Amino acid sequence: MSETTFVEAIAASLARAMREDERVIVLGEDVAEGGPYLATAGLAEEFGRERVRNTPISEGAVCGVAVGAAQSGFKPVVEIMFIDFITLALDQLVNQAAKAHFMSGGQLSVPLVLRTQGGAGQRNGAQHSQSLEAWLTHVPGLKVVMPSNAADAAGLLQTAIADPNPVVFVECKALYFRRETVPDPPPAVPIGRAHTLRGGKDVTIVALSRLVGDAVDAADKLAADGIEAEVIDPRTLVPLDLDTLARSVRRTGRAVIAHEAVTAGGFGAELAAQLQAAAFDYLEAPIQRVGAPYTPVPVSPPLEDAYRPGAREIEAAVRVALEWGEYDAEPWDKGAVAAP
Amino acid sequence: MDRHVAQALLRTMWRIRLFEERVAQLKRTLVVHGLIHLSIGGEGVAAGVCAQLRDDDAVYSGHRAHGHAIAKGAPIDALMAELMGRADGVCKGLGGSMHLVDKEHGFMGATGVVGGNLPLALGSALAQHLGGTESVTVVFFGDGAVQAGHFNETINLATLWNLPVIFVCENNGFAEFTSREEHSTIERVSDVVAPYGFERETVSGSDVPAVYDAFGRFLRDAREGRGPFLLECLTYRRRGHYEGDQQKYRDAAAEDEWREHDPIARLTDSFGDDAATAEIEREAAAEIEAAVRFARDSPFPDPETPATLVYAP
Repeated sequence: MSETTFVEAIAASLARAMREDERVIVLGEDVAEGGPYLATAGLAEEFGRERVRNTPISEGAVCGVAVGAAQSGFKPVVEIMFIDFITLALDQLVNQAAKAHFMSGGQLSVPLVLRTQGGAGQRNGAQHSQSLEAWLTHVPGLKVVMPSNAADAAGLLQTAIADPNPVVFVECKALYFRRETVPDPPPAVPIGRAHTLRGGKDVTIVALSRLVGDAVDAADKLAADGIEAEVIDPRTLVPLDLDTLARSVRRTGRAVIAHEAVTAGGFGAELAAQLQAAAFDYLEAPIQRVGAPYTPVPVSPPLEDAYRPGAREIEAAVRVALEWGEYDAEPWDKGAVAAP
Repeated sequence: MDRHVAQALLRTMWRIRLFEERVAQLKRTLVVHGLIHLSIGGEGVAAGVCAQLRDDDAVYSGHRAHGHAIAKGAPIDALMAELMGRADGVCKGLGGSMHLVDKEHGFMGATGVVGGNLPLALGSALAQHLGGTESVTVVFFGDGAVQAGHFNETINLATLWNLPVIFVCENNGFAEFTSREEHSTIERVSDVVAPYGFERETVSGSDVPAVYDAFGRFLRDAREGRGPFLLECLTYRRRGHYEGDQQKYRDAAAEDEWREHDPIARLTDSFGDDAATAEIEREAAAEIEAAVRFARDSPFPDPETPATLVYAP
């Protein structure tokens, strides 16, 4: 075991992949300088500027170059510095990368990793703080990975680079600099397998990325009241390990889904739909969703703090799920339902 | 021009011309499906460029791609089957007219999003450069793509990185329904890239030997790892933007004007051997009819096929 941070684990994992396979190349704005968060620190020094390529601020073309190089047998890891800028690369990602294998009848494949990071908390305002992963899960052909800790980030990055398909690797800036203990070297983590962090019989909390830590904190707090919450991190959104999630919800009968993205249209909506279909007869309460309100991310500190969902919101949602159906409906409620 | 080369070019142009004329018929009877963009009048560019390429050279194209695929060596019967949405299509019936791919012959792909192919081609050239090969990448695009953001981004990167890519612009004077002068104040695409300082040339796309020679010069340098280059070919779009386009925006061309632009007629006139050129046309026609029979006999894809090709195994 060794001590590291999320962002150091990413840099180490990239270096390891580049050492093992010379077809792995890294492209993006400032990557040869390490980038603003140092996720590519040291790579240009070890592998040179042919394989670690600084690019102009041309997200569309840079993503396209990575797709073209991938179609020609290379394994590019392209960095989009903030997920907010993925808007500029979506043509290449959605219309080219995601569909090349399909539309060519299987002749082409796109072994591409697009690394990016999202999330609020650094007072960066509405164009540098979004959580847009749900958009990407709507496009068949893309895989979407969202690690919540350094060990998973390192292990999933190895697997993503080895995958013959385009993988969008969504990191979270708020997780980058915490000290964490990870196995040395971190083992590969398969894409499409959820991780159960904590067992419990009363409620299932499904949390993504930064909210995984908050879910564990909430579960600790609830435990003091005798409530046993199970916490599951799907780790990858596409493909989704629905089996692990559904098995848990069938056992607990209650589910809370938590992510930092805006609740409306967030990936939690898809999770809730899949879980209710897979566990309808076992549900004791409507599935609860925790996410951000329906506004752009505010920049002012008290507003941004209030905007970001966390352990408090998860705990509250768990209590709603548990209290649901605790009392029989009042007679006047029944009458209201029965009235024509 | 060498007589064997000229014959080969004429043969390629006839194969494209007759393939596309047949496709136009089949589109009217809905045997061929989807949006169909024909390159009739512009065959000389595909022929003059691709005749000098090898299978390990990559070609990317756009929505008007049939001619480029044929000239690069894609099998005509599988192309016809693809346009009919059949299982024996070059993409198993999942690509269609705007998304043809024939990797075996280095036809790395057409794309339906105007300008989207430009950075893909640059990525291919980057792979060729890093792989230390002498193969090159060619990307065909129309003058309409020049106003897309991808164009400037890609040209800038290609220049910055000196990659072995040859940009071939087919400037037919129209972006979809609208003439170039309504899209840009710069008439020549070769002028658009002038500040980047790399080698560029504008030729008549109807003059096939001129296309062949200009491209050949760029290709020799690109094989040695130099680039980028831009070849602008002024072409004549005989038909509408797509089949079914009523073309209210343009006047019907007089037949003598068409004759002057027709790359096949111009090359044929320079031959002075009517029997030989007629034989080339006859052979191509027979090949197209065989392709139509092959495609009509091919089944539609299995309903299970799409789900098996979303992800590479």
